[in-house]
This record gives sequence, structure tokens and C-alpha cells, in this order.
Amino acid sequence: MSAFLVITFSGLALGAIYFLAASGLSLIYGLMDILNFAHGLFMTLGAYAGYEVAVHLTSSLGAPASLTLAILASILGGAIAAGITEVFLIRPLYGRPVSQILVTIGLDLAVVGLLMGGFGSSSLQIPVPTWLLLATHVGSLNLPNASFLALGAGVIVLLVLEWFLRRTRYGIIIRAGVENREMVSALGIDVGRAFTLVFVIGGAMAGLAGLLYSLVFSGDLVSPAQGDSLLIFAFIVVVIGGLGSIRGSAVAALIVGLLQDYTSFYIGGHQGWAEIGNLSVVLLLAVVLEWRPRGLFGSVA
Amino acid sequence: MSNALELRDLHVSIAGSHVLQGVSFDVPEGGVTALLGRNGVGKTTTLRAILGLVPSTGGIQLLGHDIAGWSTHLIVRLGVGYVPENRDVFSKLTVDENLRLAEAGTEARYDDVYSLFPELKERGKQLAGTLSGGQQQMLSIARAMLNKRALLLVDEPSKGLAPRIVSEFAAVIETAAKQSTVLLVEQNLRVVKRLAQRIIVLDHGEVVHTGDADDLNDDLLVRRLLGVAGAA
Repeated sequence: MSAFLVITFSGLALGAIYFLAASGLSLIYGLMDILNFAHGLFMTLGAYAGYEVAVHLTSSLGAPASLTLAILASILGGAIAAGITEVFLIRPLYGRPVSQILVTIGLDLAVVGLLMGGFGSSSLQIPVPTWLLLATHVGSLNLPNASFLALGAGVIVLLVLEWFLRRTRYGIIIRAGVENREMVSALGIDVGRAFTLVFVIGGAMAGLAGLLYSLVFSGDLVSPAQGDSLLIFAFIVVVIGGLGSIRGSAVAALIVGLLQDYTSFYIGGHQGWAEIGNLSVVLLLAVVLEWRPRGLFGSVA
Repeated sequence: MSNALELRDLHVSIAGSHVLQGVSFDVPEGGVTALLGRNGVGKTTTLRAILGLVPSTGGIQLLGHDIAGWSTHLIVRLGVGYVPENRDVFSKLTVDENLRLAEAGTEARYDDVYSLFPELKERGKQLAGTLSGGQQQMLSIARAMLNKRALLLVDEPSKGLAPRIVSEFAAVIETAAKQSTVLLVEQNLRVVKRLAQRIIVLDHGEVVHTGDADDLNDDLLVRRLLGVAGAA
């Protein structure tokens, strides 16, 4: 029973990271009809921004303070990368979806190549405080502190995002734009500004997801291709949750994270079944697409 | 009298179909000008071209500005309100949120709108998608009238509504026309006769008649231009 609870906790933490990775992607597609293949790059750049800050500030500020700044740097790094991408690469290509896909794929390949050139293709170790490597005793369970960090970040981001989307004018504009972009313009609202904002928000969350994935599931290592592997699961979560639905992304991310961890733990240990975790997620995607083609919470036409 | 809107040789092609083929007309300031024609002749496309929602060529002079090539939101900010054919309320937003989106600066005239449509105030927290067709039309018109507008583009407000409700909406547009110029697309000739002072008739993407609304009393003309018998 305790193993089940620990795996559940780990699955929820993984789901929290998937949520951070997927929610921005979902909003970007829902509002702008853009399949953003550079979203994985924003995760990678966020992780590297966090790594750089941690490496340079740990000796002077100590590990806890530098980790806090590293998290902020990952958010900022992802946001800046996304903002630049939207303004200079996506905006000139509105209404040309194929070109947008090609540009975002090309950008991802080019910048990942640059990262390999600058940092090497090997993984790099992020200096972290010791407590992040330890576990907290909850009853008879030992739960990893890093997982608490991921879960906490996921919950905070979800609450902030819900507040932003429901209570602020720009949030309402984004929700309206997901439903009918043209009518938002016809009310005198500059939808282009909302596009940039959504990209920046999505990039910020992706950057945070990239760093947290390194800290929680990748042994504090960053590598140039980590965002791309995370992006695959982010896309799956978006499709399962429903395009443009933040709540859908949250629910789908938790389902995917739990399913992946349960199947990996209970079945993946048997010989020849090591990849069952990933396979189970793809099978879930197939079932959802067959049962509800627009996803669990999707109604965007 | 100066013109609120002037179209000159307006062309629009959609998916290879040449929908507007050189439309030219003027809408004088004040009152209601009705844009008439059979289904598919380009009435809605004309409104959408004015708003920049479809690409067009030709000249569009709106409230003294040459707006050809402008973005939709900039055109609307000149003082244009739009009531689309299918209402296009945001179904997943509440009534309050739909209205809040239409706010422009501090000019929002909630008192005026709620006095015309008290039901919208009572249903402020209700999702717009759960409103009846008539209530959605109220919301769509309220959004367009929330701010002071020099020009209202109203596309078939009576479509799909019961006769009693149509009469109520006609009264609202009558009220709106006291403060704004209205360009009204409408198939219901009874409504047009009640509201409009001038008519413009489109056929096959071209203007085939302009004149006073009194022309609608000429049954022969109505039958020739619109393909229907004149309304009583």
C-alpha cells in the first residue's frame, strides 16, 4: 500500500510538470491555431537559464537562494524566448499554418544545435540545496522533497492562471478569443496583443516545466534535447484535455502522469515491458480520440 | 448632409468566388439605411468588408477616414458597433463578461443598455450559451450599443426570432438610430419599412438600386429587385 501511495505522489508530481508544459501549448493553439513545435525549446531554454543562474550564484548566495533565483530565471527565460519568437517569427506568418509549423520546428532544431555547440551535448548538473535531494516523512511514507516542489508549483500556477483567465480583462479576452477570435476584434480589441501575451505566458510556464523536470525526474541534469521529449507528452496532454482548456490540461496531465507511473512501476519491471509507461499513455490517447475526439474538456471548433 | 460611410468600387473574393463586384454607395449620417437583396448577393460580406474582416480592394471612407487596409479593431475604435448575423455571443462567457469585453474606456453606458434590456442585468452571471435566441440577440445588440457609436452595422437582427420579439428589436434599433447612423441588413420588409429612410439593393455583388424607403411600396420594384411580394 505504501508503494502505491508513493507512486501516486510521484505520478501527481509528474502530472504537475506535464500541466505546466501543456497548458501554454493548449492556450496558444486554442487562441491562435498555432501548433507550436518550439514549445519544447522554451522548456529547454528555461532549464538552461535556471542552470546558468544556479551555477553562477550558488557559491555567493548559497544553494537555497540560488535555486529560488534559478526558478525565476527559468520562468523569465521561457517567457523572453517565447515573446521574441512570437513577435519576430510567428507574427509575420499569421494565416500560414504550414509556414508556422516549419518555422517553429526549424527554430527548435537550430537553437538546440546552438545549445549543443555552446554547452556540449552531455547533460549538465544543476547545483541544488541538499534538502531538495532528501525526502519528507509523511506517516510511514518517504516522499521526495523535489516532488513537493513540482506539485506546489503546479497548484500555484493553476490557481494564478485560473484567477487571471476569470478575473482580469485580458484573461476574459483570451477566453473569448479561444471561442471566436474574429468577434473579439470586432469589439475593438487588439487580438495581436493577446497573442503575444499568451505566447509569453505559455513560454514562462514551459520554462518552469523544463527546470522542474530536471530537478524532479532527471537527477538535476539539463540536456539540450530534454524539452523535445517533454513536448511529446505535452501535446498528448493537450489533445486528451481538449484544445484551449486549462482545466482540461490540468485533469489530463494528472491522468497521464499517474497512468505513466503506475504502469511503469507495476508492469514496467517485467522483462520486455520497460517502455510500458510511455506505451500506456499513447494507448490512452487513442482511446480518448476514439471516444471524445475533442478531448475531455474540449469544445473548440 | 455629410456621409458616415462611402464605398467606392469595393471588390471581395472569397475562396475563388467574386462576391462583391464593384460595390459603391453612400450612407448619410443619421437614421437607418437598409441594405437589401436576395440571399447570397453579398450583404453580409459588405458589412464584413467594411469592418476589415475579409480582404477587399476599393475605397472605404468611414467617418472621414480612409480605412482601406486597416485592422478590424482600429476600424471599430473609430466608433463602429457590429451586430453580426449569427449573434456571435461568447457562449462560455457570462453575460456580464460579454458586456465587459465590449467596454471601451470609461464610456460604457450600462444604464442605457439595461434600461433597454433589463433581462441582461438579471442574467448577468448566466453563461451566454445558455440564453435563448432572443436573449442572445439582446446581448449582441447591447454589446454594440454599450459605447457611444457613430455607426452601427446590424446584420439581420430579426433572423430566427418570433414576430413579437422582432417588433421589440425593431423598437430598440429605432432608439439606437436617434444617436447613431445605422446600416441595417434585413430580409424582413415589414421591419425595413418601419425603420429605414433609405434603401440600397444588391444583386450579384453589385448595387442595382438606391433610393428612399418609400420605394418599397412599389410592389413591382420589390418583386423585381428582391424576388418577393412587397410586405403589407
